[in-house]
Amino acid sequence: MIKESKSDRLLKMFMYIILVVFSVYCMIPFITVISSSLSTELSILRDGYSLLPQNFTVDAYKLIFKDNTIYKAYGVTIFVTVAGTLLAMLVTCALAYPLSIRALKYKNKINFYVYFTMLFHGGLVANYLLISKYLGMKDSIWVLIIPALISPWNMFLLRNFFKSVDESLAESAKIDGANDIYIFFKIVLPISLPALATVGLFYAMGFWNKWFEAMLYISDENLFPLQYLVMRIMNNAEFANQLSSQISLPNYVVPTLTTRLATTVVTIGPIIFLYPFLQKYFVKGLMVGAVKG
Amino acid sequence: MKNSVAIEAQAPEMRKQNRPSPFMNEMRKHGLLYLLTLPGMLLIFVFSYLPMGGIVIAFQNFNAIKGITGSEFVGLKNFEFFVQSREVLHVIFNTLFLNALFILFGTLASVGIAVMFSELGGKWFKRIVQSLVTLPNFLSWTVIAMFVTALLSSDTGMLNKWLEPLGIGPIAFFNEPAIWPLVLVLIKIWQGAGFGAIVYLATITGINPEIYESASIDGASRFEKIRFITLPLLKPTVILMMLLAMGGIFYGDFGMIYALIGRNVMLYSTTDVIDTYVYRALMDLGDMGMAAAVGVFQSVIGFILVVTVNQLARKFSPDSALF
Repeated sequence: MIKESKSDRLLKMFMYIILVVFSVYCMIPFITVISSSLSTELSILRDGYSLLPQNFTVDAYKLIFKDNTIYKAYGVTIFVTVAGTLLAMLVTCALAYPLSIRALKYKNKINFYVYFTMLFHGGLVANYLLISKYLGMKDSIWVLIIPALISPWNMFLLRNFFKSVDESLAESAKIDGANDIYIFFKIVLPISLPALATVGLFYAMGFWNKWFEAMLYISDENLFPLQYLVMRIMNNAEFANQLSSQISLPNYVVPTLTTRLATTVVTIGPIIFLYPFLQKYFVKGLMVGAVKG
Repeated sequence: MKNSVAIEAQAPEMRKQNRPSPFMNEMRKHGLLYLLTLPGMLLIFVFSYLPMGGIVIAFQNFNAIKGITGSEFVGLKNFEFFVQSREVLHVIFNTLFLNALFILFGTLASVGIAVMFSELGGKWFKRIVQSLVTLPNFLSWTVIAMFVTALLSSDTGMLNKWLEPLGIGPIAFFNEPAIWPLVLVLIKIWQGAGFGAIVYLATITGINPEIYESASIDGASRFEKIRFITLPLLKPTVILMMLLAMGGIFYGDFGMIYALIGRNVMLYSTTDVIDTYVYRALMDLGDMGMAAAVGVFQSVIGFILVVTVNQLARKFSPDSALF
């Protein structure tokens, strides 16, 4: 091993510093929002948001969990995420697996059929009309799920992964008399777990973070997902007023800002919690999928 | 299970008898596989191909009651906005300008992170850094918008509080359109640069370590190794990723812009993009014809761009072209 020169060590130090600074830059908004959600409304109004909680309190959380708005939104989001991810994985795998088989005669035609939708879009107006007028999916929870069940990008990622699965496994199962559906479920899926975890994570994040579709198609407050709730309460103070309508203390400050922040924190909570477990999968899965087969 | 075997055994005989079409033959052999593709194909047909038919709205005086089949055609009347309103040209400019900034600075940041990351050791250091910098990618733009308000609002925002001792500000960010291209770039880097670094990191990981070893033996410094080995070998990936991103340059990031800017008219001059403009034309004005016309313009130009860019990518590195 060659001993590092002074300039090398300096450069290395410099890179450590940059990466640490960038990590801190990435964390500051999280810390600010979490800390401020644990501060009193008055201290924020007086001193502004800050990196450490001021006059630590969990009042904002108590308040939002007393009202059933947040539970309903959580329910909607969890249903959409779980049902959506399961169905999406089923549909996507079922399309990706056949396309990964070399012997399939029409696979290039189907590839193009899927790929073309990444190049050309009908546009917002046509989509809006189709879903609201012709399919009548307005104010249905399924509008958050069904149109998003297949993402070409995820499909190709999975297909590339399936391509890397040894085809001789399927061949020998076939000789033993297994049919393609059996091979798909019992042989190919079980050995593709890292890729499934990656794509599953992407789908789950997509469903968990949905709000635009809710904004377009859902006006029933019982069906608002979490993210759209955040959007709504960011733009008006109604939510905080509704939460604190029963409180009549002298000098009571309606906690508009802190309840907003607490709702935001509650929304991202599960992601932060699950993320470290999934992270190692998606880095690996992305690297495999990114290699073009 | 037994069926497929039986069918395969029969196949040669049947071919002799009445020569089934190649299509039927393929269905016999792989019918189940095609069956598997059906749900996905159907969903794509309904939610991607049917809306393409809706493009005719751009050429109609669309009436929601009469529907697509009943509305009268008006030729290119809906496209008159190009000559009549400067507003549309302005949002097209904003879309291209902001996306160009995002692509340029986003790529720089991602490549920088990937290179530094690959140079440094320390398993725990790397794990933590990677977790922290990729995390923002998984937040929705509505949550990020809430973060941004906490940092930038003029009376309670943290940034203004930090700038105060330096004698700067307070800056009324939400009334200051000129500053937003910069703010948006910083937010985009915050959100996506760490995640974007993964693909470059994958490329660097794939570089043969012997190249670095022999360079070390020749006395190359760390900087020289980055400059003359890592960066040149990264170049194809960087160019490819940039080309691909340029294919989408006509599509504004609706989620980002709408969540962050919302209906803050003050900031439209620098932040309004085609997608947010179309959304408002549809929802506020109910001007379906015009909204559809802008959308069609975007789709067609976007399509031409993607295909062109892909041809370029194919020429540049045949393996990496998408089709």
